Amino acid sequence: MKNSSNPKPADKAIAWLQTQLPKLVLAPSFSIILLFVYGFIIWTVYLSFSASRMLPNYEWVGTEQWERLWNTLTWQTALDNLLIFGVLYIVLCLAIGLLLAILLDQKIRLEGGLRTLYLYPMALSFIVTGTAWKWFLNPGLGLERTMQEWGFESFEFNWLIDPDMAIYTVVIAGVWQASGFVMAMFLAGLRGIDNEILHAAQIDGAPTWKIYTRIIIPQLGPVFMSALIVLVHLAIKSFDLVIALTGGGPGNATALPATFMYSYSFTRNQIGVGASSAVFMLITVAAIIVPYLYSELKGSKK
Amino acid sequence: MSNNSQQHGLKTARLWRALIYSVLIIMAVIYLAPLFVMVVTSFKSLDEVRTGNMMALPLEITFEPWLKAWQSACLGLDCGGINGYFWNSLKMVVPAVLISTFLGALNGYVLTKWRFKGHQIIFGLMLFACFIPFQIVLLPMSQVLGWLGLANSTSGLVLVHVIYGLGFTTLFFRNFYEAFPNELIRAAVMDGAGFFKIFRYILLPNSAPIIVVTIIWQFTNIWNDFIFGASFASGEAAPMTVALNNLVNSSTGVKEYNVHMAAAIIAALPTLLVYVVGGRYFVRGLMAGSVKG
Repeated sequence: MKNSSNPKPADKAIAWLQTQLPKLVLAPSFSIILLFVYGFIIWTVYLSFSASRMLPNYEWVGTEQWERLWNTLTWQTALDNLLIFGVLYIVLCLAIGLLLAILLDQKIRLEGGLRTLYLYPMALSFIVTGTAWKWFLNPGLGLERTMQEWGFESFEFNWLIDPDMAIYTVVIAGVWQASGFVMAMFLAGLRGIDNEILHAAQIDGAPTWKIYTRIIIPQLGPVFMSALIVLVHLAIKSFDLVIALTGGGPGNATALPATFMYSYSFTRNQIGVGASSAVFMLITVAAIIVPYLYSELKGSKK
Repeated sequence: MSNNSQQHGLKTARLWRALIYSVLIIMAVIYLAPLFVMVVTSFKSLDEVRTGNMMALPLEITFEPWLKAWQSACLGLDCGGINGYFWNSLKMVVPAVLISTFLGALNGYVLTKWRFKGHQIIFGLMLFACFIPFQIVLLPMSQVLGWLGLANSTSGLVLVHVIYGLGFTTLFFRNFYEAFPNELIRAAVMDGAGFFKIFRYILLPNSAPIIVVTIIWQFTNIWNDFIFGASFASGEAAPMTVALNNLVNSSTGVKEYNVHMAAAIIAALPTLLVYVVGGRYFVRGLMAGSVKG
């Protein structure tokens, strides 16, 4: 009683600590993020305007590195490849994922087992996936010879070493790895749809395909959005898969911005150019992620 | 309605079911094929790999490729197999997962139950950190790891994975605790429980599902990481993924596809195991997080 009517400084300090404690707990993590994410972003942006080559050099040279980047042929190839890879990867993953989810939603007996099967590639490292597909698509020993031995003697499949086609092998392996995950997202979305509307439509005699195209798929909008965000961001970051599958080759045929950044920064001693390419990657990701996060956070405030 | 048309309807329905099942099964075969090829190849002798069919079962099962991959395959000049790198990965993944999960739980707790002004901005900044392409931090990070004396070390990788895992772990716990009843917290405060006591005795005991999800997520991501490993830990300290890539791409001598496949399976085993054991919780939890918004 004495304490409460006449608080000692120590108690005051404890009371202060109690109110500040949550902030103190959050502070280390938040400072780490500020420094190692946002601080590093600024740092890399600065490097992209510096004279850095083999070692970081903080002399400001304006847009020299950026000009160098855009005049590099490999960078142009990397952007073209990203467009081809990104569009095909996203469209195919969404299409296959949605198809599998709808099929699995038809009260399938082995649903659990099949779902697990479609999803397992997602648990693997891209390096493992790349290694496996490299072997599977090996022009001399893999699929090509298997098909020939099975009687399709004119079967040819040498995309892996064909500069014009190699990027499509990256698409195949990428879709194989991620489509199961998209399937799982759609399946969860399908399960979340209100059954009563479906029953009503069924009683009205609407055919199944019509129920899907008119009622169910339009309701999957938010899932489409989440899947799209995940896939866009995976496509832009794709690095390991290319390294393991094609090493960026043949030549530079499968170079992507991520592999470009790595090779210019760490093996070609062009840190400035590497930094510019990294900044460009961040801008592309941010252009898609920031509006999405903003709407999500605003939405959750309500 | 004549009996005839009813029978016809039944027939088409059956046909549809058959079609659905065939598509699902064909897809299952496609998803399984690469894994199947990996496994059978890893048990074949190199001669059989070269002369036989990729899809065929091994005529003679040999464990040689597995032994070689584990203890005597050459990665560049080092011919000690991949076992050392496997342990590197394990030594990296365990502390990194535990620390980032614990911090994520604390952060999620503060951001939902002890909100203060600006919590939304702080959370937004942490959330965006999940999505940055890591290329943007590679150059500064390699410099900082050098200054800290952590370049080319497992501890350096632990630090990196803790830092860049924080966004996701915080996100998971925040979304989970968001749904946790505030009344319970208020009642505990009334009873005089403090900040940590509430966390320890009320939130943590109810967090099992989200802890499992976070641990699985972090474990797979960190184990499967390549870009940080390749950038910050070459040589002796390299993690498994980097070692596998070196093994497969080392250009000296004959390509030992069977050894490569055995090594790839070894690299995949921990995450496959985690997926088989905890997959159900993982999917359920991911769904809760991703479909919510």
